[in-house]
Amino acid sequence: MTTTTTPERKERELVVSISGLNKWFDDFHVLKNINLEVGKGEKLVICGPSGSGKSTLIRCINRLEIHQQGKIFVGGIELTNDVKRIDKIRRETGMLFQNFNLFPHMTVLENLTLSPIWIRKMPLKEARELAFQYLERVRIPDLAHKFPGQCSGGQQQRVAIARCLCMNPKIMLFDEPTSALDPEMIKEVLDVMIDLAHSGMTMLCVTHEMGFARTVADRIVFMDEGEIVEENDPETFFNHPKYDRTSQFLGQILNH
Amino acid sequence: MAEKWQPKPSTPSPRLATGYMRWSKNNLFSTPGNTLLTLLSIAILVLTVPPLLRWGILDATWLGDSRGVCDDASQGGSAGACWVFIRVRMGVFLYGFYPLVERWRVNFTFIILAVALMPLFAPALLGTTARKVSLFLAATATIFLLYGPTPAAFSACYLFAPYALDRLFQGKPFLELISNQLLAILAGIGLAIVIGLSVYYAVFLTLGDKAAGAIGLTSLVLTVFLLFISRLTAAGWHWVLLFTVYPVFAFFMLVGDVFGMPLVETHFWGGLFLTLVVAGTGMATALPIGILLALGRRSTLPVIKVLCVSFIEFVRGVPLVSVLFMASVMFPLFLPENVTFNKLLRALVGIAFFYAAYMAEVIRGGLQAIPKGQYEAAMALGWPYWKMMGLIIIPQTLRLVIPGLANNFLSLLKDTTLVAVIGLLDLLGVAKASMADAEWLGFTKEAYIFAAVIFWIFCFAISRYSVHLEKSYHPSQQ
Repeated sequence: MTTTTTPERKERELVVSISGLNKWFDDFHVLKNINLEVGKGEKLVICGPSGSGKSTLIRCINRLEIHQQGKIFVGGIELTNDVKRIDKIRRETGMLFQNFNLFPHMTVLENLTLSPIWIRKMPLKEARELAFQYLERVRIPDLAHKFPGQCSGGQQQRVAIARCLCMNPKIMLFDEPTSALDPEMIKEVLDVMIDLAHSGMTMLCVTHEMGFARTVADRIVFMDEGEIVEENDPETFFNHPKYDRTSQFLGQILNH
Repeated sequence: MAEKWQPKPSTPSPRLATGYMRWSKNNLFSTPGNTLLTLLSIAILVLTVPPLLRWGILDATWLGDSRGVCDDASQGGSAGACWVFIRVRMGVFLYGFYPLVERWRVNFTFIILAVALMPLFAPALLGTTARKVSLFLAATATIFLLYGPTPAAFSACYLFAPYALDRLFQGKPFLELISNQLLAILAGIGLAIVIGLSVYYAVFLTLGDKAAGAIGLTSLVLTVFLLFISRLTAAGWHWVLLFTVYPVFAFFMLVGDVFGMPLVETHFWGGLFLTLVVAGTGMATALPIGILLALGRRSTLPVIKVLCVSFIEFVRGVPLVSVLFMASVMFPLFLPENVTFNKLLRALVGIAFFYAAYMAEVIRGGLQAIPKGQYEAAMALGWPYWKMMGLIIIPQTLRLVIPGLANNFLSLLKDTTLVAVIGLLDLLGVAKASMADAEWLGFTKEAYIFAAVIFWIFCFAISRYSVHLEKSYHPSQQ
């Protein structure tokens, strides 16, 4: 499945460029010949049934999974085994996980300021100001001195978003951020994500939230069996899906 | 139009009637089986505890200064313990054969350690900086009154140095003043070596060569910290000084032969003093080495992994006695003719490496228990390996394995008795030696009981402190 490269696309600045990506877990071919391009400011939603390789795909982008064939370029830097490049790429990508992965032995404020202080070598005062700024932005400034264990799921995910934002990433990767939350908390987190999208952040989101996809996505990518089945703008994707597999999937996910 | 719903206010939980009678009824006498066991336990307690109390405390002789006192007491009918024996030989129990005149050095060394560690053990009482500072001032004043101006000056410098260093390095660390990383590291190492050498020569010229080497090395290590890791708080500096300056200071104080203090060779050390030195040094060195071994064993680099695994498996396969025996008897055979290593040093190295292997396994268990997501979150944020381990993973791991580590520390404290293998007399060794004293034959039980009580006090203190640590961390671990 190839991307639709129109002349306008070629001129935009590419944040992520994946070509011919193949990945195996031992003998299991989990990603088959993926080609994908993400432009600056673009919001991509990746959906699909479980086991389709969507999480693996975005984990390959910041080297949490290693790919065997193909090329991945993030912000113009090629992703290889070179540790320096990997670190550089990781500082430009922020990742959000399904189970939040906040550091439980530190307060929320310390979670946020730790990376700027030790990785970006920011002085403590400046890091704290930055942290409070982003805590305001995700609407939980009063949680600064609480521990992650004392916060609800939705609050923890928002802290995780703030933690990523403190490192000023070029692209945010979301690995099913709302799958572990109940509906009211899902709305909290999605509101923050929509806000983030409107501020111009490049986002690559693996999610089942089709409402979010319709509102915010520039493109929706549907994956199955390790391949990209279809890729289109939301209007076309939902109303005129190209393949029967897509219609089947949409039929199940949209009608309860 | 839907009604407005208000949640009901919480009500306090009903308190069931409590009282000793009810508690006893519920817990001790609830079933016939339990009642029988309770009565049996009471019988055992009645049979054993009063005689023990009578022998140990009520009928015992506490005051006096010679065997005659105890003999008179036992002839007079009361067959109690003779604690006079312990009182008379207290010096040996506590200090071994350390010369009487020089015992103040041992006291001074331990007082500095106690004062430096007190904020750690009583955080509720000494949490704030103001209180710590007043504690340090009080300690310095006491030391001045007890030991004179020079020790007081040293203790003032040592105790207040962390605050001075913290103030001194509020700005950016040295590494960031030079933009090129490699150049900065080389410049830093170069500067540290220069400072170390100059201190070495300065001390060499003024005070003699014995102190020079160690002091030079310490200043080199401190300079490295100052230049590379100056992003430390006062508490961080406190620990750095504890691991760099304090050992050198303790060594010079206890061994002597510098600054006008006479030499006290290590075979004069003994008693509780030796036990604490061996245990303290063992704990302080085994833990860092254990952490490195655990990380090495989990490494993906084959050479490091194989080395760590072999070391751990080899050391765990031999008993500590044989390690000490090998260290003391076989090790000198491999050295050239006139090179001798201090006996105690060999024992310390042996114990440190032995317990490092055990702690490595405990810590490795903790590393396995840390969810993979923690590693992934740190990596996704761009953390390099050592920073990730040092600031995110290892702190969580250590809090997780506090029970296992406390276990190892207790075991280490009690295994210090094995220095008897190399001819040193620790607390238990001194107790045993005291039993052979011709003057006090017949009062041997008291020596063992005293040693046992002292060990129990220290072990229980460590155990309670570890429980306290767990409690203070647990709420945030969820």
